[in-house]
Amino acid sequence: MDKKLPDTGTYAQMVKKASPGSPAGKNLFFAFLIGGGICAIGELLLLFYQRMGLTADWAAAMVSVTLIGASALLTGLGVYDKIAKLGGAGTLVPITGFANAVVSPALEFKSEGLILGTGVKLFAIAGPVIVYGVTASWCYGIILCLIGQGGMQG
Amino acid sequence: MLKEILLAFLTGGCLCAVGQLLIDYTKLTPARILVAYVVAGVILGGIGVYQPLIELAGAGATVPLTGFGALLARGVRKAVDDAGWIGIFSGGISAAASGLTAAIVFGVIVSLIFRPGSK
Repeated sequence: MDKKLPDTGTYAQMVKKASPGSPAGKNLFFAFLIGGGICAIGELLLLFYQRMGLTADWAAAMVSVTLIGASALLTGLGVYDKIAKLGGAGTLVPITGFANAVVSPALEFKSEGLILGTGVKLFAIAGPVIVYGVTASWCYGIILCLIGQGGMQG
Repeated sequence: MLKEILLAFLTGGCLCAVGQLLIDYTKLTPARILVAYVVAGVILGGIGVYQPLIELAGAGATVPLTGFGALLARGVRKAVDDAGWIGIFSGGISAAASGLTAAIVFGVIVSLIFRPGSK
């Protein structure tokens, strides 16, 4: 009995050493850092495209296209998944995470054919996002029209 | 310029941190979180809360998927303003067209070029 106590002490120390800090806090930190970093790169691109003479709307669209392209390439190279292990939601929530969710299953199911593999799985996660995004915006449009009947329609 | 980038970093970082809290403290899967972000973006864009955030934080608000939702809502509003009720059917996807096309085309190209599991 007496001999066991120091053992549990060492074990507790080992556990403490093996699990760094509180994982939730660490996850939160890296999600903020990496997600914020991706948005900062987006802002840099936005300023660049605006300086090239694009309007704010077109510049924002080009930022999306650029980030999606970069994320698609990094996903193909297997790099994005490595960043995602650390970044968590920081790599999921930005548009690059959406692109990753498009490319990753499309590539993975390539072996099942370009039509039923890539073509179908491309929308494995993008599908629901587009379905509910478009449906929600459609509902918003209905509401706008109903309110617009009161004379707000331009 | 530094101020804009810092604001984008902080705002985007916070939106991602919220997503991380959802992953760690709820049972929401990544797909559900993405759907929730887009729908939340449509609602926030619709009630006019998201546009001021975009003006403040730029890419910090447009790059997270809530920005994609807000874009859909803004597209519908603009199309309804321009064309009346027909706009309900065109506005959303029109506004999101370049992002959607990029995701689809780059997805196909990468799938053609790369081998799966080259990690």
